[in-house]
Amino acid sequence: MNQFISLFQASIVFGTVILFGAVGEILTEKSGNLNLGVPGIMYLGSIASLIGVFYYERYVENPIPIVCILIALVCAIIASMLGGLLFSFMTITLRCNQNVMGLAFNIFAGGFANFYGGSLNKLAGGVGQINVLATSAAFRTKIPSYQSLGPFGHLFLSYGFLVYLAIFLAFAISWFLTRTTVGLNLRSVGENPATADAAGINVTKYKYVSTCVGAAISGLGGLYYVMDYMKGTWDSDGSIEGLGWLAVALVIFASWKAPRAIWGSYLFGMLSWAYFYIPELTRSSQEIFKMLPYIVTVLVLIVVAYQHKPDNQPPNALGLPYFREDR
Amino acid sequence: MRKEPYLEQNVAIRMVDITKRFADVVANNKINLEIRFGEILALLGENGSGKTTLMNMLSGIYMQDSGAIYVKGERITIKDPHDAYSLHIGMIHQHFKLVEVLTAAENIILGLNETRLIDLKNVREQVKKICDRYGFVVDPDKKVYDMSVSEKQTLEIVKVLYRGADILILDEPTAVLTPQETDKLFVVMRNMKADGKSIVIITHKLHEVMEISDRVAVLRKGEYIGDVLTSQTDPQKLTDMMVGRSVTLNIDRPEPVNPKESLVVKNLGVKDINGVKKLENVSFTAYTGEILGIAGISGCGQKELLEAIAGLHKLEPGSSIMFYPRGNKEEGEDLAGQSPIDIKHKGVHLAFVPEDRLGMGLVGNMNIPDNIMLKCYDQGKSPFTNKKKPRQQAIEIIHDLEIVTPGLRTPIRRLSGGNVQKILVGREISSDPYLLMTAYAVRGLDINTSYTIYRLLNEQKKKGTAVIYVGEDLDVLLELCDRILVLCSGRVSGIVDGRTAKKEEVGLLMTHFKEETA
Repeated sequence: MNQFISLFQASIVFGTVILFGAVGEILTEKSGNLNLGVPGIMYLGSIASLIGVFYYERYVENPIPIVCILIALVCAIIASMLGGLLFSFMTITLRCNQNVMGLAFNIFAGGFANFYGGSLNKLAGGVGQINVLATSAAFRTKIPSYQSLGPFGHLFLSYGFLVYLAIFLAFAISWFLTRTTVGLNLRSVGENPATADAAGINVTKYKYVSTCVGAAISGLGGLYYVMDYMKGTWDSDGSIEGLGWLAVALVIFASWKAPRAIWGSYLFGMLSWAYFYIPELTRSSQEIFKMLPYIVTVLVLIVVAYQHKPDNQPPNALGLPYFREDR
Repeated sequence: MRKEPYLEQNVAIRMVDITKRFADVVANNKINLEIRFGEILALLGENGSGKTTLMNMLSGIYMQDSGAIYVKGERITIKDPHDAYSLHIGMIHQHFKLVEVLTAAENIILGLNETRLIDLKNVREQVKKICDRYGFVVDPDKKVYDMSVSEKQTLEIVKVLYRGADILILDEPTAVLTPQETDKLFVVMRNMKADGKSIVIITHKLHEVMEISDRVAVLRKGEYIGDVLTSQTDPQKLTDMMVGRSVTLNIDRPEPVNPKESLVVKNLGVKDINGVKKLENVSFTAYTGEILGIAGISGCGQKELLEAIAGLHKLEPGSSIMFYPRGNKEEGEDLAGQSPIDIKHKGVHLAFVPEDRLGMGLVGNMNIPDNIMLKCYDQGKSPFTNKKKPRQQAIEIIHDLEIVTPGLRTPIRRLSGGNVQKILVGREISSDPYLLMTAYAVRGLDINTSYTIYRLLNEQKKKGTAVIYVGEDLDVLLELCDRILVLCSGRVSGIVDGRTAKKEEVGLLMTHFKEETA
């Protein structure tokens, strides 16, 4: 039982990182913009929040938890939105190829984040020395007395507020897309921008806003990664990039439906940590288990392709630039 | 009765000296056009004459380079589609502007933002009101991908009416409709006219112009030629206006010379991916020096039949396709089971024009010679491509079919739809096949080009080529073809003589099996 609880908790923490990434990417992709720069966006979100609170904790004797949280959130959101804005400008206004731009963005953001991560470590006194204890603790504050509720408390209430925020965002985005007229307009932009344009929808504006807001949400994944998953430390081993790609895979797995991404992300988490709980695995056989999420994604893709159900397909104009007088 | 002169307040839109250029091409040159309320105006012109461009300036897709637009007497600028809607102008585009995965109701309210949340109940009521008023049938909860072409078009019209349009522009609305669906559309159009709305229909089908319109305005090569009342003109006069010279509206049909069996199809059967029978027990013979027409309601197996002969489908056991090049019995071979490329090398060529023209056969980003090379890439000897021959061929096709293009290097997606289609058909014809199969070769083409295509087909026929012609227009099939094979739900419901058959007879055969199974 303890083993299961521990795996379950690990899965949720892992899943929340990619859930943020995926929910933001779903919003972006629904506008027809394929932002493969999710790993890069998450890099930006994580390093920006770390820089912000590092200076706050360094110059204030007793950091106030709520201020720590606000600084981290604001820094992460601004940085990742700027990333989204850059991506939007390149692909929407200058009509660069989205795939190329997304991949290039990852290289840029990875270098950017690791450079400043290294600098922070140096400022903090050496490799692996940076640690924003107060902020990380604030983000990991759990619901009081969850332990008194037994396994239920351990399974469902033993997390920081970002876990619940991710779930809330997933449902909110889904509600926005399916129930509101603005969401309907957004979906039409991603499906058929020429039609949306003819219906009087400002395609450029919709693409910009959804890409930037989507990036902000994805960036929260980076924030959660560094503050909760890494407990306020920085490691330039590139594992955040791997998680970013998993978030992209999760979008496909969820067939562009945010609520499906919730359980999908936890499933991915469980598959990723499974090796840890299976006894007598060697170092090399552990690695095989780490590819399970990708295998599941491929299987889902195959199933979806065979269904021929248009509702489960990617947005029709995904990845294509739009220019009104083009034919 | 004395004819009332049209009063100024009756004028819905007046366009004055409108000019629009695309790079070096002048699409519209100083055009003056008047659109009136309570009237159906037909805008007539050949492909590339600038009809759609002119109307796109009213719907806010393009903006004029110079000239003025007056709506209800007021000078206005239409910057984007939103402006057009607020001026009550609605355009139904040739390529539907619908989102496939959304329902009818969702498509209707797209971009309107009347409410924050989607209020489907209200939309359903409003849609029902519009439908009852003009005689439409629309299911608001049906997804667009489940709809037939005619349902989609109805939805488009309801969509613009929902937005309060009283000036409706329909761009080639009948190009994709069956005769029955066209009749239904015309009934609705008359209802809307009776309601005081003003309607512009872009078309190049003359009998429709005569049937539905009150007035005809003619464009030619971007210039405004003039307008006439429909009651005071006839198809011949209109054609002369449109083309700028006299054109005979008769299709030549020479007698087949020394016909020999060229293609003998027996018990042909094809299933689609889901195991549904698309063709069943199809047997027929095509002769050299003959045009065999294939008629049928769309989706009855015409496409599959041609593709099966071209080797693109797995055939059911028992199917046999014997092919005798030039009618030569000794060279006879069964095409069943051979690869498409082998079949092509035997001289069997297929020119299929899909609804979107580009989808099959041409690559939009490539220029004309490169597209021609797609068919002969394997003929060179060295590893390098030989562009000389394709370029020569391209120049010939451009000349023969009067293709309008800025140059050989222009990617073909930049050309107008009609020109793209000429390249597709021209490429197959120019390669001198033994068996030429064309499907919907004149789909959406203007009269002049259509007749050029008929002429080219007849030339092939005279050379002794066996021609299979899948067509949509029964009148043309009956004028052009020596024999007509009628397909119905994937089976042959009859083969008739093109010279003696009546239109009604073929029409009946087209629906024959359906009634039986229904």
